[in-house]
Amino acid sequence: MAGQYTREVAYRIFAQEFRDSDLSFKDSNDQYSPQYLLTPTGAKVNRMLIVGTLTEKEDIGNEAEYWRARVVDPTGAFLIYAGQYQPEAARVMADIEAPQYLAVVGKPSTFQTEDGTILTSVRPESIHIVDAPTRDRWVVETAQRTIERVKDLDSDNPDSVRAKEHYNTDASVYRQMALAALESLKTE
Amino acid sequence: MNIEIAKEIEEFFSQKGHNIPISEIESRLDKLINEFKVPTEEARRSVVNYFLKEYNIPRGDFFVQQGETPTVKVSDITSEGKWINISAKVAQLWDNSHESIDQAGLIGDETGTIKFVKWAKAELPSLVEGKSYMFKNVVTDSYQERFNIKFNRTSLIEEIQEDIEIGTLSVEFSGAMVGIQVGSGLIKRCPECNRALIKGVCGEHGKVEGTYDLRIKAVVDDGMSAQDALINREISEQLTGITLDEAKQMATEALDQEVVLEKFKEMLLGRYYLVKGPKLDRNILVEDISLLPPLESDQIDTIINQMEV
Repeated sequence: MAGQYTREVAYRIFAQEFRDSDLSFKDSNDQYSPQYLLTPTGAKVNRMLIVGTLTEKEDIGNEAEYWRARVVDPTGAFLIYAGQYQPEAARVMADIEAPQYLAVVGKPSTFQTEDGTILTSVRPESIHIVDAPTRDRWVVETAQRTIERVKDLDSDNPDSVRAKEHYNTDASVYRQMALAALESLKTE
Repeated sequence: MNIEIAKEIEEFFSQKGHNIPISEIESRLDKLINEFKVPTEEARRSVVNYFLKEYNIPRGDFFVQQGETPTVKVSDITSEGKWINISAKVAQLWDNSHESIDQAGLIGDETGTIKFVKWAKAELPSLVEGKSYMFKNVVTDSYQERFNIKFNRTSLIEEIQEDIEIGTLSVEFSGAMVGIQVGSGLIKRCPECNRALIKGVCGEHGKVEGTYDLRIKAVVDDGMSAQDALINREISEQLTGITLDEAKQMATEALDQEVVLEKFKEMLLGRYYLVKGPKLDRNILVEDISLLPPLESDQIDTIINQMEV
């Protein structure tokens, strides 16, 4: 509905695609307009849901707690940073031990290193412990969403067009990635 | 040409039990059209009105009978400024806010509910909550992105015997619960109007002694859209296994109402659910919610096969 606030959808992105992303922008110059990250398959992400395995966590803060965690899916790892501005997530982070299945809802964030490389990470809104079936379901769903976006790459959807222009996306790479992720569920 | 119109008019009045000689109708039409150069449609209207007045028949009767106005269901109302007929039951009457409004509230049929406004100027009969009516010649309108119906001077309202069942179309949505919004968990409601209190204050009645309730305002998300879902006390209790009394106890022990919300978040967030229930605006009013079962390996095989195509 026009003029009404609509909540940003939580996109499902595999770690590999997230790591390959480096195009971050706003739709307008308004300081309150949301920040997006466009991924190689054309997902325009302001919020994402990750379900994966917490493998490492470390408090890298000086005075206040600042947690860095690795959450791993079948394609790679997400970096999650939670500090004083993510109190709920930071509290959970302080309490849990790796390894553990986690569901993380958060916002993508980018950081440019001195040599110009853009690193992606996630600022969590919430982190919760989940079970293996939930994680499997996420892998399946994320594979489905990824394949849908890959199929959409040749459409005139503006996000797809822009993604192809910026990344020169090789559709088969992400298709293979999604299928391999699904196959990995069978061998477990 | 004139004779056809005359026949049509004669037919209508004879249905109403008034036999007007067709010659009389024709001569009136003739006079207007041929002698006074009135356009045919104006002449027809004028003649009809003359006889309606003569026999004391409400004007709406004739013009509704013309069959121009479609009879629709609530769910068919998708544009404003349309004249419609609709049979519906009065679901709610509201305190009306303005002297130009005689009655306002909600009417509904098996496909949903819609707001109505009955203008004071329309001088229509009073509606009673719970009774069903046939509303003829009413106009659709919209306000703040939502449709409503206006009853005006040309509208007709007849009580009908049929008791219309008010229904709502039930929808299903499955996805991960990615958020539980503020105002969830253990909350207090205003004893007067049932609104949720914010810091002990009701938007309408100010500071009141609230009554406790449980609810969950959830966001379920499938990666393509985010769906708001309202879960009432009964369903919240079933879903979490925490009753209202237990929730109160938890809050008392922790000296903090928020512990219930925290507990709910811990139990529910990040997990996949199927929700069912009627959709009202942006919310699904949840009647049934279940955790999605683990995927079986043959389901995964099927998905892989579909995707390899």
